[in-house]
Amino acid sequence: MKRTVSTLGFAMLAIVILMMAGRSRTYGVAVEDKPTAQVKIDNFVFSPNPLTVPAGTTIRWTNQDDIPHNVVSEDKSFKSKVLDTDETFTYTFTKPGTYTYFCSIHPKMTGKVVVQ
Amino acid sequence: MARKPKDEILHDHNHDGIDRRGFLKCMAWAGTGAFCVMQGGVLKSYSLSGLSGLSGKQIKGDLCFVQISDSHMGFNKPANTDVAGTLKAAIDKINALPTAPGFILHTGDISHLSKPEEFDGVDQLLKGASAKDVFYVPGEHDVIGDDGKQYLERYGKNAKGSGWYSFDQKGVHFVGLVNVMNLKAGGLGSLGNEQLEWMEGDVKHLSKSTPVVVFAHIPLWSVYPEWGWGTDDSAQALSYLKKFGSVTVLNGHIHQTMQKVEGNVTFHTAASTAFPQPKPGEAPSPGPMKVPAEQLKSLLGIRDVNYVQGKHSLGVTDSTLE
Repeated sequence: MKRTVSTLGFAMLAIVILMMAGRSRTYGVAVEDKPTAQVKIDNFVFSPNPLTVPAGTTIRWTNQDDIPHNVVSEDKSFKSKVLDTDETFTYTFTKPGTYTYFCSIHPKMTGKVVVQ
Repeated sequence: MARKPKDEILHDHNHDGIDRRGFLKCMAWAGTGAFCVMQGGVLKSYSLSGLSGLSGKQIKGDLCFVQISDSHMGFNKPANTDVAGTLKAAIDKINALPTAPGFILHTGDISHLSKPEEFDGVDQLLKGASAKDVFYVPGEHDVIGDDGKQYLERYGKNAKGSGWYSFDQKGVHFVGLVNVMNLKAGGLGSLGNEQLEWMEGDVKHLSKSTPVVVFAHIPLWSVYPEWGWGTDDSAQALSYLKKFGSVTVLNGHIHQTMQKVEGNVTFHTAASTAFPQPKPGEAPSPGPMKVPAEQLKSLLGIRDVNYVQGKHSLGVTDSTLE
């Protein structure tokens, strides 16, 4: 009897631990599941380019040049402020489609995001 | 790198065997700006760094003025952590000229990030220049974030559109153009139809013997389109100037001196007062170039340019200071 109680207690403890672990695991997945991607701006080039991501992805652009750049979509759906060195801009792409963008200060710099 | 024929910079008008490569070898950093003299409709330009070696007679013309460019106030990266100091040095050079210039042309990128304090800093320093009149055109760094609203309020009160205008000085007609607005993805500098129409009307009434000086930030000729160093609709603007015997185009943007002659037109780009940029195609990008201090002087020089009307001849004499 004593052994049974002990076993039951152990089992309950195990269940609680598993539940906590489960909750913790679920929480962790929730963060990692929110897809993110990086685009670096270096030597007047956006890379990677083109970039293909699933819908819902948040893309972060980081300017690594000594010269300011910006990120402006051609259809005007997004536009960053000017990014000085090491400054970033993020935008979340919720709808599938092809988004072309450029630096309106240096318009030779162009990029494309394909959202699936 | 293989280049398309359309990118060639200098035609061999003078049969002197100077091709594009040879021309590029002749280029030298001017350092701080350019001093221009109109003599009988012929423009001569000198690097500000070498002017102390010239006599007053050599640089006295019908009209004297100075071009400075790309002061990038606010820039603080390793290529130059004291752009205020180098602009001040450029102004000291202007003030040391044997003949005080009539005025200053600033061909844009006054500021680095269009911040009010950056414009204020340049304005304050230029108050110390011997020439009190300063004529500006905007660079792409001067119209960031507000489509040039602040630039227009500060410098373009009497200008048309996004800041273009013209004026006359001692028989010379000056046209200031804006080619940094409404830039299209994948494109170069742009003047736009409204400005082109204005320009056509502006120069139409002038006699063909009037010397014309056109100034704008981005080069009005194809210096290096791969780096955006050109203006998409510049050919249209230049077509309005065909009747004139003497046309001089002054630009900035590329932070180095370059010249080209094409028919009746001489093109000049000025050095920056802030930092040099690489020669076309000789670096991964046109970003700021850090030059060792001891190397800089050997790259500074005097550039004496003489364009002879009618001969399509460009005489270039470069000599370094050391």
